Amino acid sequence: MNRLFAALLAAGVVLAPAAFAQQDNVTPAPSPDAATTTPSGEAGPAGGEAADHGAGDAAASGEHGTVHYPLKHPPELSWTFAGPFGHWDIAQLQRGYKVYKEVCSSCHSMDLVAFRNLSALGYEEGQIKAIAAEYTVQDGPNGDGDMFDRPAIGSDHFPHPFPNPEAAAAANNGAAPPDLSLIAKAREVERGFPTFLFDIFTQYNEGGPDYVHALLTGYGQDAPAGITIQPGTHYNPYFISGPALAMPPPLSDGQVTYDDGSPETTDQYARDVGAFLMWAAEPHLVERKATGFVVIIFLLVFAGLVYTVKKRVWAGAH
Amino acid sequence: MSAGHSSYVPSQGPMRWLDARLPLPRLLYDSFVAFPVPRNLNYAYTFGGILALMLAVQIISGVVLAMHYAANASLAFNSVESIMRDVNWGWLLRYMHANGASFFFIAVYLHMFRNFYYGSYKAPREVLYILGVVIFLLMMATAFMGYVLPWGQMSFWGATVITGFFTAFPFIGDPIQQLLLGGFAVDNATLNRFFALHYLLPFMIAGVVILHIWALHVTGQTNPTGVEIKSDRDTVPFTPHATVKDGLAMVVFLLVFAYFIFYMPNFLGHADNYVPANALKTPAHIVPEWYFLPFYAMLRAITFNIGPIDSKLGGVLVMFGSIIVLFFLPWLDTSRVRSTAFRPIYKIFFWIMIVDVIILGWLGSRPAEGIYPTLALIGTIYYFAHWLIILPVVGLIETPRRLPASISEAVLGPDLGVGTGTGKGAPPARAGAAPHNVA
Repeated sequence: MNRLFAALLAAGVVLAPAAFAQQDNVTPAPSPDAATTTPSGEAGPAGGEAADHGAGDAAASGEHGTVHYPLKHPPELSWTFAGPFGHWDIAQLQRGYKVYKEVCSSCHSMDLVAFRNLSALGYEEGQIKAIAAEYTVQDGPNGDGDMFDRPAIGSDHFPHPFPNPEAAAAANNGAAPPDLSLIAKAREVERGFPTFLFDIFTQYNEGGPDYVHALLTGYGQDAPAGITIQPGTHYNPYFISGPALAMPPPLSDGQVTYDDGSPETTDQYARDVGAFLMWAAEPHLVERKATGFVVIIFLLVFAGLVYTVKKRVWAGAH
Repeated sequence: MSAGHSSYVPSQGPMRWLDARLPLPRLLYDSFVAFPVPRNLNYAYTFGGILALMLAVQIISGVVLAMHYAANASLAFNSVESIMRDVNWGWLLRYMHANGASFFFIAVYLHMFRNFYYGSYKAPREVLYILGVVIFLLMMATAFMGYVLPWGQMSFWGATVITGFFTAFPFIGDPIQQLLLGGFAVDNATLNRFFALHYLLPFMIAGVVILHIWALHVTGQTNPTGVEIKSDRDTVPFTPHATVKDGLAMVVFLLVFAYFIFYMPNFLGHADNYVPANALKTPAHIVPEWYFLPFYAMLRAITFNIGPIDSKLGGVLVMFGSIIVLFFLPWLDTSRVRSTAFRPIYKIFFWIMIVDVIILGWLGSRPAEGIYPTLALIGTIYYFAHWLIILPVVGLIETPRRLPASISEAVLGPDLGVGTGTGKGAPPARAGAAPHNVA
């Protein structure tokens, strides 16, 4: 025993300094990639910003350890769709859609959502037709081989604000705004140990909408000393991949008119659009949870029955 | 156990007719009804059945998903999203399949844990065990290729990193990588061949599973005491005893599985995989799925060159070695006693090894910076030391606890009372009883 421990300790002691000695020679692998990848970057980093990042990270890891983003964790809000009996707040989804339509959609596409999907938001068929008809889409070719414009119909997906990704990038400081269809599932701030374990039991799944809300309301703060903000970017401590992003603060109080008397504040807009984006990312969320409840109840009852049978079968065996 | 010809004759006419021409009814009866199992099996022994269930779940859900999926780099991501949005119950199929992979690994790790703890790999079950390691390797390959199919950012960059391993090997490395990728970078050709292989490998797994079960029925099952079956008193018939016990374990396992499918379907995944693959934009941290994290930590633990072996090749060798070493376990374990329950010293080291692997898993999820690679290196050294040094040495120097004379003694007490419902605990020590199960 003792000899074993001694041998193991010795091995550790001999090899650990070797590992330390090598640390300095190791260049973080991602930095060259980061430098080459700027142009098609996502929402945030404009122009050379992403490249600066890579370099910044690399430099930082040498002496002070890498800076991890976001600088602040998003606060946890209460959402109606959270928890085992989660459900949509239809009025909130309609408000969120209004915010998306009047604000976000001027830059952000939403490829995966069709007008017909809006029926889940409580719109009637006629209303959906009217909403779709506000947009013009290109169709064709027709019998003469010509492309033609027509009003959108329910089966059309939300039209793009820009004709192509290059145009989107050109109009937005070099970085095309990301598609928002899945954004509420595609952004997740790491929860850390042991919170991520508690999340299993609290069913915390709302990292995406929490992030959307935090980001949209996180503008306007002063950057802490030591953080340089590149020109053309905006400091936001909640931004997941840097200290600042190219998107200017999109929301301001009173910007969108609500018909249902809800407060017309940035905070409320951000909540509503967060809920709407969660719906867009996971349209079957409520159906999923409701089905899950039935499945779990069934399995519990079934487990009880199998347990009783098991008891009886094994009663004679020990 | 199942050696020799069965005397079973089906009671129903059509079955008798078939049995006289193809003894399939007899094979199934002998394997899943009459097969004697030790009467002292605990719930750790139910994961084999659970794994068979999970393989079936994955194959069935996977085949249906394949009907809706488009294995093309420009279509794959949106085809998965159309499954999630427009296919009837598509969201259920896809979440079942994605979380099913995770739960397949949860079950296989618990199955392996039971194997290591109770020494199931020891003679005469070496071939049974090695087939199990082969299944594990096939599962890893299948899971990796399956993760590439949604063609999200983590799919793409995970594929780039993992196929990049092969370039570490001198001379043959680059050709192997190009063969895997179907080109010089991860692209449409890679996605197509990964889809084909992802569809093929589960059936290869099913084939090896048949061999695995066949070998099991030749040697019979181990049990928590590690004492071999000595008489009929030691066993109960597979049906109904093991069937209903495995059934209960399956339902409870499905409960946990359902909880994740319906309430936490994305908890075990990575948000970046909801961003379409983009060859020009590297994610901040490329991490594999959770079940690969301990191996990923070992890969990244080697940050220094060892003579002619550079750090990259060293990491790859260590990672592959961490599984290859498992093939030699039956011959590395020198203990006369199978079950760790009767090995007071090894039991301590066993649990240290389990903790070590969990810590390695956590380190695999951390960025390779600061103290983490050093901790991973220590964890890696300990992992190999456990199998290559501790396991052989402890087996030689340790005095195991006294074993029960037989399984029935362990269950029913030394008086061998039957059906009294008492005496489930450990039997009182009897003077002069020597360990009986010399492995």
